[in-house]
This record gives sequence, C-alpha cells and structure tokens, in this order.
Amino acid sequence: MTVQGWLLILGFVALVVLVAKPMGVWLFAILEGRRTPLHAVLGPVERGFYAAAGVDPAQDRGWRRYGVDMLVFNLIGLLLTYTILRLQGVLPWNSQGLPGLSGHLAFNTAVSFTTNTNWQSYGGEAVMSQFSQMVGLTIHNFFSAATGIALAFAFIRGFARREASGVGNFWADMTRVTLYLLLPACLVYAVVLLAGGVPQTLSGAVDATTLEGARQTIGLGPVASQEAIKMLGTNGGGYFNANSAHPFENPGALTNLLQMLSIFAIGAGLTWTFGKAVGNTKQGWAILAAMLLLFTIGAGVTYSAEAAGNPIHHALGIAGGNMEGKEVRFGVAASALFATITTAASCGAVNAMHDSFTPIGGMVPLFNMQLGEVIVGGVGAGLYGILLYCILGVFVAGLMVGRTPEYVGKKIEGREVKLAVLAIAVLPLIILGMTGLAAVSEAGLAGRANMGPHGFSEILYAFTSAVANNGSAFAGLTANTAFYNGLLGVAMWLGRFFVIIPMLAIAGSLAAKRVVPASTGSFPTTGPLWVGLLCAVILILGGLTFLPALALGPIADQVAMLRGDLF
Amino acid sequence: MSRTASPSMFSGTLIGPAIAGAFAKLDPRQLIRNPVMFVTAVVALLLTVLLIVGSPGGGIAFKAQLVFWLWLTVLFGNFAEALAEGRGKAQAASLRATKGELTGNRIVGSGTESVPASALKVGDIVLVSVGELIPADGEVVEGVASVNEAAITGESAPVIREGGGDRSAVTAGTRVVSDYLKVRVTAGPGQGFLDRMIALVEGAERQKTPNEIALTILLVGLTIVFLIAVGTIPMFANYAAGAVPVVILAALLITLIPTTIAALLSAIGIAGMDRLVRFNVLAKSGRAVEAAGDIDVLLLDKTGTITLGDRQASEFRAVGRASERELAEAVMLASLADETPEGRSSVVLAREKYGVDVALPAGAEIIAFSAQTRLSGVRTDDTFVQKGAVDSILKIVPDSPAAAELRRVTDEIARAGGTPLAVVRDGRILGAIYLKDIIKGGIRERFVELRRMGIRTVMITGDNPLTAASIAAEAGVDDFLAQATPEDKLAFIRKEQVGGRLVAMCGDGTNDAPALAQADVGVAMNTGTQAAREAGNMVDLDSDPTKLIEIVGLGKQLLMTRGALTTFSISNDVAKYFAILPAMFVVLYPGLAVLNVMGLATPESAILSAIIFNALIIPLLVPLALKGVKYRPVGAGALLARNLAIYGVGGLISPFIGIKLIDLAVSGLGLA
Repeated sequence: MTVQGWLLILGFVALVVLVAKPMGVWLFAILEGRRTPLHAVLGPVERGFYAAAGVDPAQDRGWRRYGVDMLVFNLIGLLLTYTILRLQGVLPWNSQGLPGLSGHLAFNTAVSFTTNTNWQSYGGEAVMSQFSQMVGLTIHNFFSAATGIALAFAFIRGFARREASGVGNFWADMTRVTLYLLLPACLVYAVVLLAGGVPQTLSGAVDATTLEGARQTIGLGPVASQEAIKMLGTNGGGYFNANSAHPFENPGALTNLLQMLSIFAIGAGLTWTFGKAVGNTKQGWAILAAMLLLFTIGAGVTYSAEAAGNPIHHALGIAGGNMEGKEVRFGVAASALFATITTAASCGAVNAMHDSFTPIGGMVPLFNMQLGEVIVGGVGAGLYGILLYCILGVFVAGLMVGRTPEYVGKKIEGREVKLAVLAIAVLPLIILGMTGLAAVSEAGLAGRANMGPHGFSEILYAFTSAVANNGSAFAGLTANTAFYNGLLGVAMWLGRFFVIIPMLAIAGSLAAKRVVPASTGSFPTTGPLWVGLLCAVILILGGLTFLPALALGPIADQVAMLRGDLF
Repeated sequence: MSRTASPSMFSGTLIGPAIAGAFAKLDPRQLIRNPVMFVTAVVALLLTVLLIVGSPGGGIAFKAQLVFWLWLTVLFGNFAEALAEGRGKAQAASLRATKGELTGNRIVGSGTESVPASALKVGDIVLVSVGELIPADGEVVEGVASVNEAAITGESAPVIREGGGDRSAVTAGTRVVSDYLKVRVTAGPGQGFLDRMIALVEGAERQKTPNEIALTILLVGLTIVFLIAVGTIPMFANYAAGAVPVVILAALLITLIPTTIAALLSAIGIAGMDRLVRFNVLAKSGRAVEAAGDIDVLLLDKTGTITLGDRQASEFRAVGRASERELAEAVMLASLADETPEGRSSVVLAREKYGVDVALPAGAEIIAFSAQTRLSGVRTDDTFVQKGAVDSILKIVPDSPAAAELRRVTDEIARAGGTPLAVVRDGRILGAIYLKDIIKGGIRERFVELRRMGIRTVMITGDNPLTAASIAAEAGVDDFLAQATPEDKLAFIRKEQVGGRLVAMCGDGTNDAPALAQADVGVAMNTGTQAAREAGNMVDLDSDPTKLIEIVGLGKQLLMTRGALTTFSISNDVAKYFAILPAMFVVLYPGLAVLNVMGLATPESAILSAIIFNALIIPLLVPLALKGVKYRPVGAGALLARNLAIYGVGGLISPFIGIKLIDLAVSGLGLA
C-alpha cells in the first residue's frame, strides 16, 4: 500500500462530494420541469416530441399507469433490440460482415441492455456490427439510464408530495432526462474523451503490421460516444471486450479518473435532489454520507487485499501486490478503486479482471452488488434502492423513539414494509436460487474456468451481477451458452423489474399520505447516528443473507490461498 | 388508583397457569397466528421425526438435545404470551365477581317487575333504589343520587349522578348509596362498559394493531429471506463435494429467524394495554394506545389541568382616595362569611399581607352570591359592604372619577391574566380584588418535558384572549384557544390534523363528544356523559385530565419496547452466524475454522450453544417485555442514541458472550 494509493481513494471521495450538489441542482430542475438554459434551444424539440406522440406532459399519472407506461416502453425496446441482433447479417453498417446472433445470445443481450445491466456474453468487436452497437445497444444505454432516473423521480415525488394521487408522467420524465441531461452531458463528455485519445469513427477496423511482422486487425468505431453514456448512465457495456482496460476506451490516468467520477456523478447528484425535493438537503447528504462510508470501507479492503498480494505468487518469487489481470497503466490502487466503484454503482465497466483479484479483493465487488447496489448505485436505481433500506431502517429502529415510524415526514406502515421487504427479498431469492441451480447442474458447472471455491465464486458473481443489473463479469466463466444466456437473461429481468414494481407501489402509497411535520420527537434521519444506523441496516438486512455463500466462495478461497492450498 | 395492587409479575399464582397455557398454545390453530413461532414449531416437529427415524449429523444425544431446546423455544414464546394474558385474566376475574348476576326493577306501567339484567333491552327504564346495584349501563332520567363506583374506578368515595347534565351516565355494577335513580338502559346485555372492560383486560378479543401487523410482516419477510439463505446451502455444499445434515440447517434457520421478538411481540402488546388499565385508563383499542405515542398536539383544559380549579386573591388595589388598608378591611368583612375559595383566600390575604383583623358583628346580614346580581356582601347596623363582578358594581354606583379608575385598574388585572372583583362600601368605590388563577405546581416543568419530546401543548379556556395569553405565558404552554366553544375545539383539531399532526384531548361533556371523536386520542372522563364516553377512544376511570400526559408516555413506551426488542433480535444474528457457519462448513473447507472467532469447543457444542442462547434469551427478556423499556422525556435524538447503544450494539455483542459462556458449560458438562 502506498500513500498515493490512499490519497487516490480519499481524493476521489472528495471529488464525488464536490460533484453531488451541482449535479443535484440540475437534476432537481429537470424533476420539477423547470426552465433551464438549454430550454432556449431544446424546448421546441421537447414540445415537438410531445406533439408527435400525443402526450400531455402536465398529465399526472398514478403509480400503476406510470409503471405500465414504463414496462411497455421497455418491452418494445427489448423486442426491437432482439430483432436487430437476430437480423444483424442483413442490416447495414456491418463492415466485417458479421452474422446474426443466436437466439439465446440475442435474448440475453437485449435483456441485458434494456435493464441497464450490460452483461456481455460476447466480445463486442468480434460479434457486433456498428449498426447493432449504435442502434441496437447504444439507444438502451440512454433509455435504460433515463428509465432509472425517471423511476427515481417518481419515488422522490412519492416522498415529496402530500395527499397526491400521481407520481408524475413517465413520458415527460423520459424526454426531459434524455434531452436536458443525458444527451448534452454525453456530447460534452465525448468531446473531452476524444481529447483524451479515445477514437470516434465509422470507418471500422484497420489492419496493422506488428513489429514482429504479423498482421493484426484493430477494431475501431464510434468509441468515445459510447464510452460517455456507458459511464454516465452506469451501463458499463464496453465497445471492446476488454472494456475500460482497453487503451482505446480508457487511454490514460486522467480519462481513468474522469470515467470513475462519471460513474458516480448522477447517482450522487440524485441524493441531493432527493433532499431538496423533500425540503431538507441534509436528508440527501445523510444518504450520500452513508453511501460513501460503505464505499470507502469497501475500497480500503479491496486495496489492502490487492496490495498485500498473493503469498503463492510471493513464494514463486513474484514480489509486491497482486498484478494478475491488471493493466500496468493503472496499477493496484486505481484498479482496486475502479472495481469498487463499478460494482458499488451498477455500472459494470471494468479496467481490470475481477476474477484475478485476490479472493477478498474480489469479494468486495461481489458484496457491493449483493447489497443491491445502493452505494451510489445505478443511475436512479441506487437512490430508490437505498431508500428502500431507509424505510426498513426507520421501521425497525424508528420505533425506539416511541413513535410509529416515519421517514421524511411520511408514516411507514404495513403496506410500505410489505412492499419494501418484497423488493429487498428478490435479490437473495434469485441470486442464491440460481447460483444453487448452476452449482449442481452439469451445464452450470461446465462454464467454470477454475475448480474449488474460486469456481463457485465465478458462478455466484455471474448471477449476482445479473440480478443486481451490474453487468461486470468475474471473467473466467464461459457464459455464452444457452444455459447461462437464458438463466442470466431471466435473472436480469427479474432483478430489475421485480424491484421496480413494489418500489413504484410504495411511491404511490407514500404520495397519497400526509406529511407529518418534523419535531424534536421525530426520528432524526440526518445526523451521524442515522448514517451509522443506515449502514448497519444495509449490512445486516442486506448482507447477512449472503454470508453462507460468501463463506463457501471467496472466504474459503482466501483461507485456502493463505494456506497455500490449490485446487 | 387503588386497583394497582394486582398480582406481581412472577408471583406463583400467575406462573402456574402460564406454564399450562404455554402447552395449551401448542395448538396449531393458535400457533399459526404467529408465523415465526409456527415455523419454529414445524422445524421442531420435523427434527423430532428425524430423531425417531434416524438421520445423519451428530449423535443421538446431540440431536435429542437440539430437539429439546427447539421445543423449549416454542414453549418459552407461548409462556410469555400466557403470562401477559394471565395478568389481565386475573383482573377480569375480579371484575366478573363484582358484576355477579345483576337484576333490575323494570318499570312497567305504574309498577315495577324484577328481571335479570340479561333480559333488559336498550330503552327500558329501571328503578334503582338505595343499596341496589345498577343493572345496566344507562342514563339517569329522573332523580339525584350518590353512587359508589368503586367496582369500576377503585375509588370508594361516592359520586353524584343526576339527570340532564354532564353527570347523567351510570355504569352497570355500581351501587346507589343514597336516594334513588330512574335509569334508561343504553347498552344491551354483554355490550356494557363492564363487559367491554372485561374483554379488554382479558385480551380475549385482542386485535393486532396496525404497527404490530406491519412488524409481523417484516418478521415474516425476514423469515422468508433466511429460509432462502438456509435452503440454498445444500446446493452450495454439494458443489463443495460435501453435505450439510438437515439437523444443522434447521438449527441455523431457527437461530437466524427473529424468534426473540416474535415470541415476545404479543406479550408486549398485552402488557402495554395492561399498563394502561393499571393506570385506570381503558383504551377501547390497541390502535388508540399506539396513536398516543404519536401525539403531536395536546389539547388541555385550563381548569383542573393547568390551573387549580380555584382562583385565589393575590392583591388588593385601592382606587380614588381609599387606602389599601381601608379596602382590605372592607374585603375581609365582606368575605368572612364567604366560604368559596375566593372568599377564603381574600380573608387570608387581608390578614397576612395587610395585617387586618375584623370580626363579623353579631346580627350581620349576609347576602349570598346570586347569579342574577353577581354580587355578595354583608350588611351590619352601621355599614354595607358589597363585592362582585365589576359590571354589576358599576351599575349600582354613580359615575365618578373613582369609577373610571376602577375600570382602568380592573382592565389591567384582566390583561395580566387575573379576574377582578370590585368592592363597594356604603356606596363608595374602594377598589378591586385581584383574583389569580394558580398554576399547578410542577406543570410548567411537564410542559418543558413535553416540548423536548416534540409535543406542543395547547390550553383551552373559556377566558378572554387577554387572560388566556397571560396564563398561557405563565404556565409555559405553546398556544391557547380562548373563549373556546365546542365548535372551536373541533375546528382546531381538524386544522391540526390537516397539517399532519395527531391530536389528543380529554373531555367530559356531551358538547365535547364531536371533538373527542375527531381527536386521534380522545380521553373521556368517567364522570362524564354517556355521549362523551362513547365518543372517546379511551376512558379515564379517575377522571383526571392531567393523565393525558402520562398516557402519551405509555403509548411511547409500548412502541419503544417493540422497537428495542426487534433491534436486539435482528442484531443477534451476526453472532449466531459466527457460531454456526464455521461449525457447518469446517468439514467442507477445514480452513474456515478461522471464522470460529469465539473459539467454541466443537461444532456440535457451537450449534447447541447457539440454539440454547436463542431459547434462553426469550424468558430472560420477558420481564423487559412486560414492564416495558423505560421512557425518558428527552428528544428523539438522545432517546435513539441511548436505545441504539443498549439494544443495537448490545444486541450485537451480548450473544458473542452468551454463546461462549454456554459453550463453556456445554463442553464442560460433556453435553456435546
């Protein structure tokens, strides 16, 4: 471990805090439908969309209608992408003449991009045409991110409104988020990445002659534009198989820092927006504080584990930290930090191979996802995820101040508890259930690259990543089989929408309630006490369920590594 | 409150039936009402079967002990509930005894007929003579009588009951000790106040309260999550080319699911209602008790709650050319025969502050206060002193500079929150008596406490706004409602509720009924009318409006106890994982022995110790569940910090110590 390494981690946390408020202010304007400087140019475009679609943006919808609109939109997107991927061979912009995808791969990929997971069972440059990348996949990078933010908006309205019947208008939220946030931000960001050395071209691959005289095909394409939304929208699906470890996706230290920061930017900003909307920005800061506390602990553990290295390697004379599967350009600290960020948020972009981390170093990313990606989390999804924990935390501990529990002025009653438990139970149910299934089935075991507990970690990681809509891979696992593509596709769909539906129902139920004015008798949800409590609730209610699985995977693996056992 | 002398918590008379009750409650139809304990019972049954047919995983002695402790866990939970119910049942039995078999004299035509109380219908009129028990709840239609209500209130001093006023309600089972009453029956057989009270304390018709239901949902949710966590372990173990015996999985499941709070949940609820009953307050529903904890605004009547009922003379103000001593002498003379608190305090003030001492001359004519003249006085052979309401005095004396000054002085007194009485001697205005509302001792401190708890107090008074403002300031209430009519009260409550606040109030008159019904917690005085008692969701048997403050505390205590034990129960899980996981997995990967942080002797001993801890913690916490977590009137932040430290952090650490100690005992005794 080095001082620079720790400074990088703490400096990054400080940057996130700095970014949160400006981003939150901007998001709040969009949430409220207020006029922004961009309206002068984009206002007519926005109105044009409404007119074309026959949508009245002022029409307030109840949670059911909001949910139906959202589901219909996502289903159409799913079908569209599935069709494009299947018909890739006959569609244009296919410079390498790539054929259509197999049914299960197309299904898996379409679900993956629709659900903001961006799990990739394939290597992008070898399977996807430019058309598939730009039309079939990149649109989802925008729409799945916008869907997440829109849903967070609906949830925020649930807390902020009083005695209201609606939670907003899905179409208006989608249009505004895309138009006033994602598109302009990505435009600027892509240009910055271009300046940092990321290519942007439609000319396809180039052939190069290497120093040894061999011929090599180097894939090229509109990388910068995809890179921007991949990070900002916590999508994580890379243009290249190597993702952000590829020099064309992530050329240097500065782009690396910028990419890490952009993963957290919107998620962190939404906490501020939440606080502002419920009338007390301290509420938002408290949530962000809890997120960053858990994050810093996780990053610290990963960094320590990676920097300590592997004693088996040490015995072979390879000194220092664990550099297996890491880019030398980034080193131990930046790789450990990136891995923690990408799994804390629901991004899934990687700049190192998580499979090659030490077992404990790899357990932190795994655990981050198992907590439901509430540590900043996916755009929108992180906020509504942690708010579900807030509801449970307030319910359990809130009674201890002698009042029936309330959070930001809303009474938490049977209905909210039931729905929150439902949403939070989805994760262990699917992750553990499907991992168990894969761990005992022929087809499941076939995909492993390793034996022993590490192979188990690979399977566990895949399902965790899918259900949590992360999309990062532990690598190692060969997932492009009908078994894994199918099962993981289902896992991604359930992991996204089986959390969203109960969450929306809570939003509807909360919006209809009165606001209880805060008093000194109200449960305090702003101070350090609450931050600590929230972290404990996340770890105990969210994390404890996975302890047996973690014990048999990474923990057994780590113990074996320290004892020098090989499998 | 003489009825608080009920059996102590662990007296033998309650323990015995509670143990019997614990076994009776093994009836699956009863167990299913508590899903977590039901799961525990099912698992215990499963292991019992496995014990008999034989299964892998440890020796027969180990498995027999596991089964024994699992059943004990279920029984402990049942015992806690039975014990809480037992206390109520004992009270209900004594109530039933007082009620006995009542008979009534129904008025038929011009005579009466004796019928059993069960034959009385709503609308019947009964005659109750001296010495008889009132056969049914009703309203006095004729007569004035003193009634001994000790059977209900525990208060042996009789109270007056008469028709037409705010004291017209009578309760079945109370005794007429003077005169007679004609009572119109308002409650049919089995519907009366006493019947409801019996049902309430007995807990027979206990409905789960909204918060209890929500908590049960959470506990069921956690149980399902842990079922998944434990249910998938065999597949994971299979991957590691091993197997985990069902016995051990079952043990892990039972320690993880929130058995502690589930076992104590209904006991906490019953004990909470019971505390209220001991406090001589009857809540008609558990919902009302919970709402009491949530109260944001307390509406308190000024008289009797904030101030002593009586006003006292605090100063004499002379006007014109009269001296204070002259005034004091006149006041004393006029008040010597006045037995009202105002009169008595005037005499004391004149003697102690002004050193005046006059005696009532023989043959003096005493003019008593009358509502028409609003004056009282004394006429002797050589003087005539009158005192009374300022307006009335001004009517009987000619306008003069002294009259103008009197007006000014009395306005001043009113502004300062006092009530002025004017004094005239032989047609000459002497000055005014300053009558002051005396704020009850300690009440100001109570309001400070309430404010710290985040509760706003609002004083309700019939006084004018000036007087009300001044008393409000002196008593330290946050707000006041002056010249309040029943409609004003109702409107005020509605306004607060629209703002999202919960309001509590107490009242006794029929005109209070709408407000009592509208309030989230409406406490009716037992001396009040039937309408008020019907409208409120609590009845205070002692008719003491100050109790509203304690009722809020009791409501909070109930919720806090529930929260504290839930937090404790959930944080226990961390240690239990560390006890059982290494024991379970060490056969798969020997290296996982590092997770055995407590250094437990053997895998069997670790599992058994965790199960024993899980069972024993229930009876250990029964006293806390029944007594309730101590409530302190401090802000929510301080309360949370304290309870989190005790029940959260304590819940995290204590099982590590407890399980280790049990393990030492278990391995020391060679049990596993």
